[in-house]
Amino acid sequence: METIISIRPILAVLIASVASLLIMFTPKKPNLRETWSVLGAVGTFLTVLSMTPQVLAGKAFEYTPFVILPGISMKFRVDALGLIFGTISSFLWILVTFYNIGYMRSLKEHAQTRYYFCFAVAIVGAVGVAFSGNLFTLYFFYEIITIFTYPLVAHHQDEEAYEGGRKYMVYLTGTAKSFFLPAVILTYVLAGTLDFAPSGITKGIFPADANPTLVTITYILFMAGFAKAAIMPFHNWLPSAMVAPTPVSALLHAVAVVKAGVFCTSRVMLSVFGVGMLNSLNLGIPTAYAASFTIIMASVIALTKDDLKARLAYSTVSQLSYIILGIALLTPSAVTGGLIHIANHAFSKITLFMCAGSIYVAMHTKKISEMSGMGRKMPFTFAAFSIASLSMIGVPLVCGFVTKWYLAIGAMQAHQNIFLVVLLASTLLNTAYFFPVILRAFFGRPNEEVQVPTDHLTPTNGLQEAPAFMVIPLFLTAIGSVLLGLYPDYFMNIVKAVDPDYLMNIVKAVF
Amino acid sequence: MDFLILNQLGYPVLSTLIFLPLAGAVVLFLLRNETTAKVWSLIISIVTFALSLPLYFNFDITTYKYQFAEHIPWIPGFKINYTLGVDGISLLLVLLSTLLTPICILASWKYIEKRVKEFLFCLLLIETACVGVFSALDFVLFYIFFEAMLVPMYLLIAVWGGPAKVYASIKFFIYTMAGSVFLMVAMIALYLNTGTFSIPELMTHTYSFNFQFWVFLAMGIAFAIKVPMAPLHTWLPAAHVEAPTAGSVILASVLLKMGTYGFVRFCLPILPQASIYFAPYVFWISIISILYGGYVALGQSDMKRLIAYSSVAHMGFVTLGTFLFNKSGLEGAMLQMINHGVTTGALFLCVGIIYERSHSRLISINSGISKIMPVYIGFLGLFSLSSMAFPGTNSFVGELLVLIGTFADNKLIGALTIPGVVLAAAYMLRLLQKIAWGGQGNPSFKDMNLREIVYLVPLAIFVLWIGFSPGPFLDVMHASVDHLIQQVQAGSALALVK
Repeated sequence: METIISIRPILAVLIASVASLLIMFTPKKPNLRETWSVLGAVGTFLTVLSMTPQVLAGKAFEYTPFVILPGISMKFRVDALGLIFGTISSFLWILVTFYNIGYMRSLKEHAQTRYYFCFAVAIVGAVGVAFSGNLFTLYFFYEIITIFTYPLVAHHQDEEAYEGGRKYMVYLTGTAKSFFLPAVILTYVLAGTLDFAPSGITKGIFPADANPTLVTITYILFMAGFAKAAIMPFHNWLPSAMVAPTPVSALLHAVAVVKAGVFCTSRVMLSVFGVGMLNSLNLGIPTAYAASFTIIMASVIALTKDDLKARLAYSTVSQLSYIILGIALLTPSAVTGGLIHIANHAFSKITLFMCAGSIYVAMHTKKISEMSGMGRKMPFTFAAFSIASLSMIGVPLVCGFVTKWYLAIGAMQAHQNIFLVVLLASTLLNTAYFFPVILRAFFGRPNEEVQVPTDHLTPTNGLQEAPAFMVIPLFLTAIGSVLLGLYPDYFMNIVKAVDPDYLMNIVKAVF
Repeated sequence: MDFLILNQLGYPVLSTLIFLPLAGAVVLFLLRNETTAKVWSLIISIVTFALSLPLYFNFDITTYKYQFAEHIPWIPGFKINYTLGVDGISLLLVLLSTLLTPICILASWKYIEKRVKEFLFCLLLIETACVGVFSALDFVLFYIFFEAMLVPMYLLIAVWGGPAKVYASIKFFIYTMAGSVFLMVAMIALYLNTGTFSIPELMTHTYSFNFQFWVFLAMGIAFAIKVPMAPLHTWLPAAHVEAPTAGSVILASVLLKMGTYGFVRFCLPILPQASIYFAPYVFWISIISILYGGYVALGQSDMKRLIAYSSVAHMGFVTLGTFLFNKSGLEGAMLQMINHGVTTGALFLCVGIIYERSHSRLISINSGISKIMPVYIGFLGLFSLSSMAFPGTNSFVGELLVLIGTFADNKLIGALTIPGVVLAAAYMLRLLQKIAWGGQGNPSFKDMNLREIVYLVPLAIFVLWIGFSPGPFLDVMHASVDHLIQQVQAGSALALVK
């Protein structure tokens, strides 16, 4: 693979970092401060975008600003795998920044400078994770995300927020230090380097004669270390983190943070171990079983939740495991399905969370049982909600379908038809927990007892939507979900560029 | 004398570093005014630091030999010489000592109100002793500086300390004195066996295993008290809590390093067989120190006590790395000595800053100040992250090296250290969370002033510099560490031949 030495990978991280600093130094001027957020988001996204054509052509950008120790360096690398995650986090940051403005100002939240600062640093972390060139850099940005999202989770600074924040830290730093760090060290001891495999996903970095038991232990430690991927039993932090303001749940706990976990898992499976090593040690199928268990269990728990954000949180736990399942099946189609779901799930789930926030701002309710008839007052929000739900369920024409299609083919390629059952069961469960919300909102009788304060909004034509700052972004992401369902090519091309030899040739052979 | 490279700088640089602070301290008594005394000692300490920099820039990283050496016969009857020199093991420790003294003087500017001149005298005397300990190549000379440290440190705690200063200072004195006696026994035993006090010469002799066993035990106790290793650590929290800020900084950053430095300088090269024999025991004691220190730190309500116990845990990593006898373990241990000096020193300075405002070290009284003192929280956050070995900070590199060395050597021991790493994150994040957000915060506190920022900034720079680019700090060690590993291996190979 051709490598281009360029500062552009680091530039993407740098722009977001500078934006966060500017935010910190302009606490007294809210409009200027939010301008920095917008500029940072747009700048980061454009930088990422500028690298796309070359990456699609099979090249990779690299830059190593610091060498820490021999084999350990601060190394940035933009390849197709990283580009998927980098594109999504930086693009959605733009939309969520506007949403943030609507949400935080409508609710007159406190400590907004700290909030925007931490938000920007979290994106620095996410883009950094995406563009890491080795495990050290990955670990660095992974931890940056954890530390700087804590103030966002505990934003309300009350008892419940502290409790959620404490759980968040215990789970995320606890697993990272207990499992991720030893896994990194074992990798270094076994392989002598922390750099990712330079090209392709078939060959990892471990020497062929490495002790298989130790490699397996390392693998298990990695899987346990990425608690951000929320594989059970390490999922419990995610529902607790829902005490955060909704935009945080939307961008971070549906996209940046959890996808960082899933991305790290994918990266380690594909670029550290490689498909070949995972196959020869038979590590793929057990992982797929763990992911399947999470998919089903989380969906069942989601059914029992009346709090909309809690239901979405468990839905997230379930959907994240789709990605892991796809990669763990180790067949070309399944890997494609898993990787494309990083994008598909991001667009749909962020829509759902932004809807939840918009409902909260407009109607001051979080409970599904109180949402009867609200669809008629908030048609745009609930329309977007419906589209995104369909995507989660996997209905054709919406992007979730693309994922399920590839995953199903991938399961058949692996001759593991049991995972088809998992996909089917999960689809039914998804329907069971999303449809009642939609039905109730559009066809339920408005509950007279629920008093909706209206003083902060100006109802027009009987509608009671949230501010346009919030509704427009969520509508755009809903449209995005449809567009990605109709034209999956944009991300599909990037996914295929991850390893064209592996992902394309064999697909043709099967069909 | 082929292991010495005589000083090429044109003036006796190490002697200057040792005796300039001493001369400055004597001059203090001629000064009338306290402010003049402060300015004078600040100038002296800064000049000393500036004079120590040529050591780094003229250091030859290709050789393990002792550089900038000075060799003058002192008491020929007993073959005691005035021999000084630094190698890759001691160079950075000398620089750390000279860096921290001006910082300590700045930190005490307002804090010390009574007997200012005497206080400054003690500080400068300690600097003399520190530089002396790390550059002495004659055992008697080393021992003299090792002991010379004790009295001014005792005075710092006993005169300028907190409410329980008498208890703390006496405990400190008895513990260290007891250790020193063992060290003296070891020194005399070595002299009677070889007829020399020269440290490099002692390394060239071979000793019977039985002799090594007992000498190691004696030295080990002396150094283990200094480090301190559990269960000999109990003097440390008491001394730290009662000592004034500058005392705590010197104690944590420099004094504790004398213990680990002793292990590296004496035990490993002179007593290689015994070192290998005792290594498993040292591993277990290190693990206990790491876990016990971390666990106890988690339960502290006093900021200084928390950091004191975290020191016990951090130093556990240093002793663990030292006795791995492999390159990454030893270099990690030596880097960790510097890191601990920088980070823990800075944390004690942070406690001092908040103590000057609230006159309390309790977490509960100082909590919730993120809005009132944002700059302070920024520094405290950086140093807390460094202390919990956050990637990108100095301690991460050091701990990573030690852990790589450990996992390469013994995976069980490696696995056992991991809970210590987790505990470090737990107690530091708990401290940071409580101080930043834990309560209402006292609005009368003022954020850090320029003087306070000035003395924390250099340490912050080192935290990030070593964190992102440890090359300049590790390069100076390579040759000496390689040679040390050879010495240990040669010693053990000799044992096999016999």
